[in-house]
Amino acid sequence: MVVWSAPVLWKCATSIANKRWMSQIRRIDKILIANRGEIACRVIRTARRLGVKTVAVYSDADENALHVALADEAYNIGPASASKSYLRGDTLLEVARRTNCQAVHPGYGFLSENVEFAEDCEKNGVIFIGPPASAIRDMGIKSTSKAIMSDAGVPIIEGYHGEDQNDAKLKEEARKIGYPIMIKAVRGGGGKGMRIARTEADFDEALQSARSESQKAFADSVVLLEKFVDEPRHVEVQVFGDTHGNAVYLFERDCSVQRRHQKIIEEAPAPGLSSDLRSELGLAAVRAAKAVGYVGAGTVEFILDRRTHSFHFMEMNTRLQVEHPITEMITGVDLVEWQLKVASGEVIPLKQEDIKLSGHSFEARIYAEDPRGGFLPGAGPLLYLRTPNAAEDVRIETGVRQGDEVSVHYDPMIAKLVVWGKDRGEALTKLHSKLLEYNIAGLETNVNFLLDLSKHPEFVAGNVHTNFIRDHNDSLFREETLEDSQLANAALAVVLTDEMDLLKEAIDKSDHYNPFVVESGFRVNHKFIRDIKLKHKDQEVMVKIKYGESNEYSVSTDGKVWNPIKGDLTENENGNLTLNVNYNGAVTKVNIFRNDDILAIFDQNGKYQFSFEQPSFLLEEGEQQYGTSNKAVAPMPGVIEKILVKTGDLVKKGDSIFVLIAMKMEYIVKASRDAQIESVLHQVGDNVPKDTVVVKFLEEESK
Amino acid sequence: MLTRKGNIFLRYLTPVRYLNTRSASVIQTKCDTNSEKFGKNYDHMLQLITTLKQRTNKVLQGGGEKTIKKHTSKGKLLARDRINLLLDKNTAFLELSTFAAFDMYDDVINSAGIITGIGRIHGNECMIVANDATVKGGTYYPMTVKKHVRAQEIAQENKLPCIYLVDSGGANLPHQSEVFPDKQHFGRIFFNQANMSSEGIPQVAIVLGSCTAGGAYVPAMADESVIVKQQGTIFLAGPPLVKAATGEEVSAEDLGGADMHCSISGVTDHYALNDEHAIHLAREIIKNINKTPENVFNEPFETPLYNSEELYGIIDQDLTKSFDVREVIARIFDGSKLNEFKKKYGETLVCGFAKLYGKTVGVIGNNGVLFSESAVKGAHFVQLCTQRNIPIIFLQNITGFMVGKQAETGGIAKHGAKLVTAVACAKVPKITLIIGGSYGAGNYGMCGRSYSPRFLYMWPNAKISVMGGQQAAGVLSQVAIKSKKKEWIKEDIEEFERPIIKQFDKESSAYFSSARLWDDGIIDPKETRKVLGLSLAATLNSKKTNTTFGVFRM
Repeated sequence: MVVWSAPVLWKCATSIANKRWMSQIRRIDKILIANRGEIACRVIRTARRLGVKTVAVYSDADENALHVALADEAYNIGPASASKSYLRGDTLLEVARRTNCQAVHPGYGFLSENVEFAEDCEKNGVIFIGPPASAIRDMGIKSTSKAIMSDAGVPIIEGYHGEDQNDAKLKEEARKIGYPIMIKAVRGGGGKGMRIARTEADFDEALQSARSESQKAFADSVVLLEKFVDEPRHVEVQVFGDTHGNAVYLFERDCSVQRRHQKIIEEAPAPGLSSDLRSELGLAAVRAAKAVGYVGAGTVEFILDRRTHSFHFMEMNTRLQVEHPITEMITGVDLVEWQLKVASGEVIPLKQEDIKLSGHSFEARIYAEDPRGGFLPGAGPLLYLRTPNAAEDVRIETGVRQGDEVSVHYDPMIAKLVVWGKDRGEALTKLHSKLLEYNIAGLETNVNFLLDLSKHPEFVAGNVHTNFIRDHNDSLFREETLEDSQLANAALAVVLTDEMDLLKEAIDKSDHYNPFVVESGFRVNHKFIRDIKLKHKDQEVMVKIKYGESNEYSVSTDGKVWNPIKGDLTENENGNLTLNVNYNGAVTKVNIFRNDDILAIFDQNGKYQFSFEQPSFLLEEGEQQYGTSNKAVAPMPGVIEKILVKTGDLVKKGDSIFVLIAMKMEYIVKASRDAQIESVLHQVGDNVPKDTVVVKFLEEESK
Repeated sequence: MLTRKGNIFLRYLTPVRYLNTRSASVIQTKCDTNSEKFGKNYDHMLQLITTLKQRTNKVLQGGGEKTIKKHTSKGKLLARDRINLLLDKNTAFLELSTFAAFDMYDDVINSAGIITGIGRIHGNECMIVANDATVKGGTYYPMTVKKHVRAQEIAQENKLPCIYLVDSGGANLPHQSEVFPDKQHFGRIFFNQANMSSEGIPQVAIVLGSCTAGGAYVPAMADESVIVKQQGTIFLAGPPLVKAATGEEVSAEDLGGADMHCSISGVTDHYALNDEHAIHLAREIIKNINKTPENVFNEPFETPLYNSEELYGIIDQDLTKSFDVREVIARIFDGSKLNEFKKKYGETLVCGFAKLYGKTVGVIGNNGVLFSESAVKGAHFVQLCTQRNIPIIFLQNITGFMVGKQAETGGIAKHGAKLVTAVACAKVPKITLIIGGSYGAGNYGMCGRSYSPRFLYMWPNAKISVMGGQQAAGVLSQVAIKSKKKEWIKEDIEEFERPIIKQFDKESSAYFSSARLWDDGIIDPKETRKVLGLSLAATLNSKKTNTTFGVFRM
């Protein structure tokens, strides 16, 4: 990472002083961050290092968020819904004006690629930290961007989108584009109305088939043609432009591994590229940036054919990307710092030839989502959050702390874990080991999936492409089985956490040396055996744990074979627990989290989580009705409004029996069990005292 | 199975005696774990412990596999599982008199069909009394009554809230004469409930099964009671008796079920859906008793310096051979420390102050027969403890007071009486552990059962009787010889004495004693510290009571 030391500053200042456009420099010493979460925190960090003051904004849902705590000032901008807060450009500019911010950093998402907002900033004399509005507009429209790129000599993906749907015309266009070709229904989606013709011989059949399917599904048979790329890779190049017409590239990132069209693991540089291809990609990206007069950080996305290594322009993102840290890791550049400098009118701090690629970096995005449930996003409280320690080669980019909520209103990303290694192998090893230290409980996350993914042989080999998760579905989602040692650890964790709670309670009462506390689990002349009942997913498991001498136990998962286990808990300054365990002679260390409902254990396979069976009476008690086993009675004095059963009826537990009006309130009396009605003792309109039997059930047959 | 693997007590270094004031009171062991004697004693004790554990495991089976299956198939929990659920998770349970009724009746009545003991509920030490319905339907045999009443006595003395887990068919009718009429019989249970309640000791009943006739008064006399629906019943007379008496036909549920008692009669206060629920409700009740502890254990302590398992090798397998009680003290009390009192006077009685889990206690242990000096020293020490409100722990290994002309003329009777008076009147918590023999008046002076120690335990090697079998046989054979006025040859005497010795041997065993509740349990010497510590913690629930001694004959 570049350290902005005094000599460098001085050098810069003198070089700038010699230029005519020095007068154009607009000093930025206070910025508004029009975003939330990790990116807001990330921007604040660099701004603080540079001595730039930061103003955060927050919605009602984010009042206690980390970015609010980190910023120098923070202002509420409205309700939780983004459209009423983070997307309100007028409110944001009002805050910027009030707080005398010279510039607005939009982060990514929200208003980062919003043309009107960029224009409004300009109108209000506030620097928009990003490209000119025109570049955003041009790159935002697919056809325009493609045309510009094509003109600038950037290879674009060929296709035919014409109205002439004549078979011969289509075939001719296909020949122009070159095989393999994809025939896609214009209205299509979800793979319907889509066919691939590998050669011209396949074309007619594929076309007919695509048309008829499209006709059936969408009542329309218009198709388009596009060059088909088998197992494409998603490779993007980081570019940077300044107001002086300079543009550089900072090498590429591979973001092929995606689910639901969203990236989850990115790496830089892209694996398996020759240096020629690398500079070819970089130069094409710079051409693209220059073609639109790009200023600031941008990303040019390409589709790369995995086999032929031919590449085509896809789109350009006119913002700082989520995955920008991996570029920073391999180049030593702080992109946010560059953004600030370029926004204030300075030239790009480094020349292309001074930008060196060093090592390899990975970013894993940790999401609140359920990989086994179709990656559906989740939300909820982060009951437990323990992260690896940040270091030179490990970055934790997050906007949440333990106890925070992953809100339904925003992106469910919890954090980005970024690692750097001398080469891809070293970086990947680090990624895996640091993921193991990323412990989250309380909501479902993709950490286990990321662990499996980072260990997958094909991923390790660098054979990535955009269908990776789909193609390797079976090997990525192996059946989860619990080993005996994991069950044993769980049982010991339950016992030791109980013990710790007991001790803490005793300490509060200054009674912690009491033999009843000290000699926990003691029984006279025999060993106490505790049955630990746990639920793992839908499976109930029972582990027996036998108390032995001085913190030694033995466990059994089947009641027959007993294995020795011992261990202790250590608590760190945040109250997080580590279980040091010796099971059958094997010594391991696992992190654990436990509350009334769950026990989460983090070991070398990632997280496995158990839930505790809640006593049935807690559920049933709430449901208890006034009717006792053989009758339905009036819970209070009142008038019978309705009787919903007659003699001989069969009712199920919970069915409504009669309705009573009392104190102007309506009470529905329900059946306490499945029963047959023996008799109805009252009529509608009867005024009944409390506990009057209104309906009698047939006596339950003794079992 | 316990086995002794080689010599597990290797000491490569002889303990260094550090000369500083802090460690001055540490007892220096003289025990040689490599000696042949140690090994023999160890193996002998190990044998006894193995038997103890095996017998315990058998007793824990309750009414046996078949009745257990029947019991659990109804969704009911076993008595010990109920207790485990009732107590704070992971906490110790000091079960008492596991061997009650052991080998006493024609049928096997394990633990006398009732489990009693002390455990913690929401941090409060409580007395738990739980019927084991798998043993003869939880009916009350004579020993069942005795054990129930003893548990209440302990609760009353130590001010422990009582939880009764009721699941019993009431008095065992064939034994009615031994369970109903006398002072300490069935009626005493309710007398105790009323009086404990009057003293502010919470009485809580959980009706988990039947509660018939006299048994109905357990929940009825409780401060608060819980009943399980379609499982618990309470009535003075069950359906058969009602039909016989009045001709009325009524189901047990309508006659005394949870619905009726919770909504109509008001006999019970809390309605539970099952065992777990009932136990949960009982825990909630105890949570709200608003009791502030009389005493807390807040001082850090050192564990003994020596391995308690060494006691196996220290205790001589032959009870007539003496051992230094200090070796025992060194393996029970904090840091193996003892501040001895009058060390050079009356040396057959070792007195001193020690700590147990950080609490100061007075320790009185036998180191031989009691002489006048030892007795007077003991009385003096008891006075010190009562003055300072220090609980006393008696380590009993006593053949008796010294006999013979010299002793009698020296006034051994009146000096012994001083010790007996002091021990009898001392109101501080007293806990007795019989580690060897307990014979004759020595038993009195060393706080035997009659002297109301709060708890009394025996080691499995211990023996208790008015005198040793050999001595008793000797006395009887001499009397017989005198009355028959004829010469007996050696063989005659042996033949006469053999059954007497055999009877004494049997009747003086720890199991014989424990079965009859002459003690509160047989314990493994290795676990003495824990048991005494837990007992001490229980006794410290009671308030300080001032002691007034009777006349000391001077």
